[in-house]
Amino acid sequence: MNHPIERNPGTTLHLDWIEDLRVNRSAVERRTSTIPARRSVKKDWQAAWLLRAITCIDLTTLSGDDTPGNVRRLCAKARQPVRQDILDALGVGDKKITVAAVCVYHMRVPDAVAALQGTNIPVAAVSTGFPAGLNPFKQRVEEIRQSVAAGAREIDIVITREHVLLERWDRLYDEVRQFREACGEAHMKTILATGELGTLTNVAKASMVCMMAGADFIKTSTGKESVNATLEVGLVMARMIREYRDRTGYKVGFKPAGGIRTAKQAMAWQILMKEELGDEWLFPHLFRFGASTLLTDLERQLSHHVTGRYAAAHHMPMG
Amino acid sequence: MSRVAEVFESMTYGPAPEAPDAAYAWLDEHERKFGLFINGRWVEPKSKKFYDTSNPATGEPLAQIADAGRSDVDAAVKAARAAFPAWSALSGHARARYLYAIARHIQKHHRLLAVLETLDNGKPIRESRDIDVPLVARHFYYHAGWAQLQETELAGYAPVGVVGQVIPWNFPLLMLAWKIAPAIAMGNTVVLKPAPYTPLTALLFAEICHEVGLPPGVVNIVTGGDKTGAAITEHPDLDKIAFTGSTGVGRIIRRVTAGTGKRLSLELGGKSPFIVFADADQDAAIEGIVDAIWFNQGQVCCAGSRLLVQESIAERFLEKLRRRMATLRVGDPLDKGVDIGAIVDPIQCQTIDRWVQTGIAEGAHIYQPDTPLPERGCWYPPTLLTNVDPASTVAQEEIFGPVLVAMTFRTPKEAVALANNTRYGLAASIWSENINLALDIAQQVKAGSVWVNSTNLFDAASGFGGYRESGFGREGGKEGLFEYLRPAWEERPRPQWEPSSGGKWGVAIPGRPLPVNGHGPLANGPLGTIDRTPKLFIGGKQKRPDGAYTRPVLGPGGELVGQVADGNRKDIRDAVEAARKAEGWAGKTGHARAQILYYIAENLSARGEEFAERIVAMTGRSDESALAEVGKSISRLFTYAAWADKYGGQVQETTLRGIVLGLNEPIGVVGIACPDEYPLLAFVSLVAPAIARGNTVVAIPSERYPLSATDFYQILETSDVPGGVVNIVTGVRDVLTKTLVEHDDVDAMWYFGSAEGSCYVEQLSAGNMKRTWVNYGLPRDWMDEAQGAGHEFLREATQLKNIWVPTGE
Repeated sequence: MNHPIERNPGTTLHLDWIEDLRVNRSAVERRTSTIPARRSVKKDWQAAWLLRAITCIDLTTLSGDDTPGNVRRLCAKARQPVRQDILDALGVGDKKITVAAVCVYHMRVPDAVAALQGTNIPVAAVSTGFPAGLNPFKQRVEEIRQSVAAGAREIDIVITREHVLLERWDRLYDEVRQFREACGEAHMKTILATGELGTLTNVAKASMVCMMAGADFIKTSTGKESVNATLEVGLVMARMIREYRDRTGYKVGFKPAGGIRTAKQAMAWQILMKEELGDEWLFPHLFRFGASTLLTDLERQLSHHVTGRYAAAHHMPMG
Repeated sequence: MSRVAEVFESMTYGPAPEAPDAAYAWLDEHERKFGLFINGRWVEPKSKKFYDTSNPATGEPLAQIADAGRSDVDAAVKAARAAFPAWSALSGHARARYLYAIARHIQKHHRLLAVLETLDNGKPIRESRDIDVPLVARHFYYHAGWAQLQETELAGYAPVGVVGQVIPWNFPLLMLAWKIAPAIAMGNTVVLKPAPYTPLTALLFAEICHEVGLPPGVVNIVTGGDKTGAAITEHPDLDKIAFTGSTGVGRIIRRVTAGTGKRLSLELGGKSPFIVFADADQDAAIEGIVDAIWFNQGQVCCAGSRLLVQESIAERFLEKLRRRMATLRVGDPLDKGVDIGAIVDPIQCQTIDRWVQTGIAEGAHIYQPDTPLPERGCWYPPTLLTNVDPASTVAQEEIFGPVLVAMTFRTPKEAVALANNTRYGLAASIWSENINLALDIAQQVKAGSVWVNSTNLFDAASGFGGYRESGFGREGGKEGLFEYLRPAWEERPRPQWEPSSGGKWGVAIPGRPLPVNGHGPLANGPLGTIDRTPKLFIGGKQKRPDGAYTRPVLGPGGELVGQVADGNRKDIRDAVEAARKAEGWAGKTGHARAQILYYIAENLSARGEEFAERIVAMTGRSDESALAEVGKSISRLFTYAAWADKYGGQVQETTLRGIVLGLNEPIGVVGIACPDEYPLLAFVSLVAPAIARGNTVVAIPSERYPLSATDFYQILETSDVPGGVVNIVTGVRDVLTKTLVEHDDVDAMWYFGSAEGSCYVEQLSAGNMKRTWVNYGLPRDWMDEAQGAGHEFLREATQLKNIWVPTGE
């Protein structure tokens, strides 16, 4: 299920790769408004796709009031995201279905690592002065190191938006390059905070620079911006991933985060991935949802598929 | 392994069919057999004939459809005629209520209409559901608005009468809406014939008309094939024919309606360019191509079927395109996950394949992805032909299927040249992130709809229609209403004439001197005026006629008052060439053209008395009357100097986020045959609006009183009119007209002559589908402001181009 891929080592900074980038917003909007309408996934296929979506979730809690207790509860849900009776009814009871990762702040990494012991579910830590990314640079690099030392196998970094808005691509590149070095073996997801980048052209250029700097994933948002994961920025980023693969041969993952709450939204993202990037980007090694409440809706839909009755949220165990 | 477990790994798409139950139930309730909808009721066809309509995705017959004969069409026309007085007499508001109700009912039956359309036509349910039916509802809403506003905003116009409408199979219900909504909004009644392949939604629409309580006879639906169509287009009691379909059939209709006084609008074929510049958002352009040529299986008259891509990016772009083609899904059109449905009929499928095979035989390289096609039904895979040149058959002919041909260009100039290297002119799509470039090209491409960084966008507020052989008339927008209106002063012409002997229209023996006896000499001689030799005026120069013949000009008593050159074919040829060369006139600003028109008026005024004397000498009218004609001519020049910078167009309020510019562009080279009444004023009244709006003109002055026009070229010479903008060829009106109307490089022919000549002009115009404006031998009062000037003239002098510019960064 987890197809091994060669990690993106990055490249030197090719400014000519971004000079020619053009993004037409209205055309992007037309594509994203028709993508979910062009494809329809129903019945057994729908159940299978929703299950697959669950395996791509970075189950997330990023609140000031997170404690060891609620993180442990989240991790329990991560290990058993769907009630076993539902899984059995779907004929996937033996598939050991879990979410892709649990995503927390640095201080909660040890709690999550402990709670996930005995599973293969990695802990992801948001880092580098999340969410604004305006802490002193050395401190941001150090934060990565400490999270990795604490057991985080994935690091979600944020970029300095200023570098994008002022088009200082070399600075953006250097920053992300150094973050990547600090990550070591841990996989790096690069959060662009697209809601703060102003234009889709900026999103495209920032995506490309971060991939050149060695991002394993590019990620839309922290979830804390006023506009988070939209299909429009998703389409632009997906196309940049394709462009980067065409140029270098390396596959970079994609993670939309923020505001994805319903099975219907999840399906639209999956269709976008399949259509623009191909089937491989439906699996967790190249695709993640950053979400906290999405799982409940997915589980309810699966319950409906099995029973034919609409489900109540309180019938699904809390995360 | 459960299917869920399997798909969990394979992540394939499964079937997602839309249920056709309601549509089948509706068909069953009609016992799968339909009569004709005439006078608000279902009636059995008098022809007693029926044919099957079937589902192209399965070949399964859906229902038996009446094949109407001439007497059935007669009955429908009678019903429409009977309904016309009351319907046209209703207030605009009353008609608006009906159109509003129809719009609402389209929405209420949205899904049923969509499913039925897909069953009958084969188009993907996504398209019928998300595009066709919403546009249909929008069209009725929009035109409910025009009905409401008719009395105030369209004062001075009356409905045309009873309209025959014939529509194609590619957008069955949408084409019905484009035809019926403006017609009934403006107070006309209609007889509509849907295409034989796809009659079902029109029949359901008939029931909607009944459901909303539309008065019987306002909308009549007659089904049938080509013979039924011919019975409509040839019917003597129809006042207008509106047709959408192939250019071939459009030509036939142009010929059979010629000289009948029926109004005609034609929306015909295309081979529309899709131009991709190096600085385009290439991924966006690729999706644009999908929407351009793989929309509705490519069975779209405005399909972007000719890809022109800048050579510097061509290789990579075409590779991207091939990759995208591989993800298109072809199959059951009722499946909600299908991009390309069924081709409407096996015959159409064969036609498409024949074109493709021709392309390959001529050296094209073909790419078709390995998309699986269903086993039964009628399918054609998405197809790309490269190694194609403008000389290739497939680059010129409309294939009307999912087949794209690709060519490259080097520079913007070359892109325009290639884009315009076609008989057609329906649409164009332009992709560039440089607004200067995109809008510059949009202005230069000859097409009725131009989409910048977008394609195949439609809206009721933006008139759709073609340049060149893509037809004439617009559907949608305020511009489209005039297809269903006539000036209130004008009655429906019913021309009658005796044919010229032996069908020899447009033939004459060259001019020669008059017999000595009975005709006095010209007033030359000692101390008389010096002999004058009016010449032809071509390319800004006075030219001797090629044939070197001269025609006498007689006064009211038969006396010789002058002589003019007897122009022939070659003179017309030279004049058209000069007019074409002077096209730069269109690029001048309205202000510049206005100044020249004012200057013409100024110079005419300075010589006003001389012009009046000439009119008196030729016509024998009073000095007062002649002076009034000169005065009115000067005023009219002022009128069109005024209009030279006030008729550029408007912003169309479509549903697009962005700007849609409706530009009133010149038509090009306009031939004008002037009437004998008011030899100066009529000449000025026709030439001035044409040149005010940027056309160049070949004018044939009044045959009987040509000297006002030949005097006039001296005015033109002294008024800074660039050479070739106005060309004047004297001679026998119909001889010269025949050459002009047969000339493929003339874009429009205005003819104010005989009823018979009007008929020939309309008939012969079918050669290149040039626009015609004829008087059917009926005079108009050129001194009257309503008849002799105004919007009618401006509309005839222009064609609308809508440029769609989506916005947003």
